Amino acid sequence: MPLETPFHPRTSEHNKSLDWKEWGGYFAANTYNVVSDFEYFAFRHSAGLIDVTPLFKYRVTGKDASMFLSRLIVKDISKLKLNQATYCCWCDDRGMVIDDGTVMRFGEDEYFVTAADPSYSWFSRFVKKLDVHIEDLTDTYCALALQGPMSRDILRNMCDADMDGLKFFWTTSAKGDGFEFKISRTGYTGDLGYELWVKNEDALKLFDAIWDAGLNYNIRMSGIAALDIARIEAGLVMNGVDYHSSLHALIPEQMSTPYELGLGWTVNLERDPFVGQKALQTEARNGSKWATVGIDINWPDLEALYKKHGLPPHTDAGAWRHSVPIYDKQQLSKQIGYATSGTWSPTLKKNIALATIEIEHAAPGTEVNIEVMVEHHRQTVRAIVGRPQFFNPDRKRSILKK
Amino acid sequence: MMSKKYDAIIIGGGHNGLINAAYLAKAGKSVLVLEKRHIVGGAAVSEEIHPGFTYSVCSYVVSLFRPHIIRELNLVKHGYDIIPMDSSFQPLPDDDFGLCRWGDASRSRREIARFSKKDSEVYGEFGKVMTHMAKLAKEVIDHPAPDVASINPKELASLLRMGKVFKNLGPELLQMNTKLLTMSSADFLDLWFESEVLKGPMAVSGIIGTFLGVRSPGTAYVLLHHYMGELDGAFRSWGFSKGGTGGVSNACASAAKSFGAEIRTNVDVSCVKIINGKATGVVLANGDEIDSKIVVSNLDPNRTYLKMIGEDNLTSEISTEIKRFKLRGSSGKVNFALSGVPNFCKKREGLDYMKGDIAIVPNIDYVEKAYDQAKYGEFSEKPYINIVVPSLTDPTLAPPGKHVMSCFVQYAPFDIKEGPEYWPKLADKFGDAVQNTIKEYVPDIDSLVEHRQVVTPWDLQETFGLTEGNIFQGELTLEQLLFQRPISGYAKYKTPIENLWMSGSGTHPGGGIMGSGGELSAKSILKEKVI
Repeated sequence: MPLETPFHPRTSEHNKSLDWKEWGGYFAANTYNVVSDFEYFAFRHSAGLIDVTPLFKYRVTGKDASMFLSRLIVKDISKLKLNQATYCCWCDDRGMVIDDGTVMRFGEDEYFVTAADPSYSWFSRFVKKLDVHIEDLTDTYCALALQGPMSRDILRNMCDADMDGLKFFWTTSAKGDGFEFKISRTGYTGDLGYELWVKNEDALKLFDAIWDAGLNYNIRMSGIAALDIARIEAGLVMNGVDYHSSLHALIPEQMSTPYELGLGWTVNLERDPFVGQKALQTEARNGSKWATVGIDINWPDLEALYKKHGLPPHTDAGAWRHSVPIYDKQQLSKQIGYATSGTWSPTLKKNIALATIEIEHAAPGTEVNIEVMVEHHRQTVRAIVGRPQFFNPDRKRSILKK
Repeated sequence: MMSKKYDAIIIGGGHNGLINAAYLAKAGKSVLVLEKRHIVGGAAVSEEIHPGFTYSVCSYVVSLFRPHIIRELNLVKHGYDIIPMDSSFQPLPDDDFGLCRWGDASRSRREIARFSKKDSEVYGEFGKVMTHMAKLAKEVIDHPAPDVASINPKELASLLRMGKVFKNLGPELLQMNTKLLTMSSADFLDLWFESEVLKGPMAVSGIIGTFLGVRSPGTAYVLLHHYMGELDGAFRSWGFSKGGTGGVSNACASAAKSFGAEIRTNVDVSCVKIINGKATGVVLANGDEIDSKIVVSNLDPNRTYLKMIGEDNLTSEISTEIKRFKLRGSSGKVNFALSGVPNFCKKREGLDYMKGDIAIVPNIDYVEKAYDQAKYGEFSEKPYINIVVPSLTDPTLAPPGKHVMSCFVQYAPFDIKEGPEYWPKLADKFGDAVQNTIKEYVPDIDSLVEHRQVVTPWDLQETFGLTEGNIFQGELTLEQLLFQRPISGYAKYKTPIENLWMSGSGTHPGGGIMGSGGELSAKSILKEKVI
């Protein structure tokens, strides 16, 4: 049975829909309300608070910590400055992605790593004789994500950290009233937002301080369903949904490389050896087979299909996570890829999806066809291939002072 | 020095004018928008009237904005950001719990059942029929109105298309449609509901912006016009614009500029320059002239015909007809800056019930009585008030813990018995009547008020250019819709003056922040290749 997170006394009080799902062995609220779209809008208009405790969390320390993580991860972690954070992924020897996560540098020899899957065993394999200690904090530290345009104002009102100066993908220590915690300006919504890391015993103190400070800023509890809409708009891929960890994949076709996932920008190829380097160098030279793209599904086409049935166009409330075939522009019988998750974007008023597509069809602007289900009938509508990142507001990176 | 000759000059920088400019500029035309005020937006405008508080001075919610315009003009990139509303609350006197209708259907059903168990179950069915009706109406609003008098094959095809939609409704819905077009909003609701309480806030949708009562025939259509905002279903098109309704206009302006349109504020146009029956530019109040191939007036029909064109350039028939076009403003606005939350129902837990609109209309009779007073030239002492406190949803509108409260008030007839010019002297009294009405539900309202802005129908005319203070640039009554908006023969954004077009709410399909006038007008202009 899943565990309750340390925030459960509060989250369960807020959860009016009793809609929980299992996430990493914990209960996580899928929605807090029967009508849950306001949980999404909080990310875009005020601030949504999510319990992200189930993320796997590790502290990596020791004189060789920098070198160790740089060997393990496709990015050169030794370049990370004190208090800086980075998004990255790690691969196996074949250059196939195992997981993605964030790495934060809390000290000269101290790092904090988050992951979607349990990673202790994989990390430990590479410790060997190095001066490195990996500590699993998953069950002793908990985390909240506060995401949305008002999140900075709320945090400014409940702790001593310099919120106005904290830059995108940087971290800081903070003191609240009788407790300490870490703030990273990171998140999974593509908006202005923060993640807050705290010891289990201070969980409720942190929660209450944020909630009280948030009341004047229309703070809302947000569930995983709302997060899913936001992360698709932001073009952020999800392990287990948009790709599969090579450790879990049963056949090679289920695996992906960083380049194929659109994470090529996280790869620092030319440097000391790291796991997967050779394979990635070969791929960089010869090109990739697949690409991860954003798909803008033609709305008038869909409208027309519904109109034939005498219906107004319909989309599911919330995001979907299943494979949907994508076909060639001309040849409807030729499948060239598949969408892995998608949503009606309430902000962009577009029907969008993330998709894996053959590289020759991946150029932005390429027209394709995608399958839709209209009144129990499988049909296709046109769609345009683009970059995965549909939404990227300036406020995400803005700072209020130099 | 010869000034530049534009392809198009748009008179009036309201949202429709800006959208028109954006579409024309996007098509590569050189476009100039001239706005009389210091800011763009017309009636969709946000202003910091009291320091720290942003009012949506006139129009206060966005309901019908066409999604394809958002996509075609890339408005999200330019800041278009709508925050949906979840609830509709109706406070009731005597410290009652009130009636709140929510996005959550079961929750609404339970609330309605306090007043009528039958109504609570019929409510869903009613929504279904209205969805069918609104689907039909959408067919109508996303296209220029067909000309019924024409035998041009294109017009006939367009008529046929519309006829087909009607035919496909089936006999039952077709009957319903006829009722909708002819009945009063109160009578129409009587077909469904028994609770006078529930019918109150539903019926008032039928009188917004018209000088009619809920028992006046024809008001059922206006009810549908407002219902369309709810059709989008998953898309929840009823909402607040981030930063106030000016946010919509600013996004449209930004989009227009990105396509190359030029926008000038503080420019007062005195008339359209007409040579040999053709528009060739505009004449400014300071005497300057600016030339263009076409002129688009975003002003209401009255101003466009009688001021911009002038009676000298119109036949007497058209002059007469346009003078008969009914404007008859019937509403005002009162905006408040408050030092705290105006709690309309302390019995309810939390404030979520206040995050949508709050309608002061305890029953049908209440609003009919409010109309009685207006018929004889007085503002209603106990008016229907539609209130929103958008700062509960969008904290950027007021300092932390403080709020802005927008009150749409009906009836406030333009033709007050002392004469419309007398309105400025009545403004305070009118504001007091509104505040006192609210006080019945929010006893501590007086102590919360930091600032109050009263916008009378006179102000709507004088400051915002809405003749007689009509918020829709002309009543949305059946005889003023479709091929008769503003007058028959000129319902396709054209005017009797060649190269002078129209784009505002006074054209098909009419009012609300929907952008259709601006869009359809621009598309008609481009289709005819006049520039």
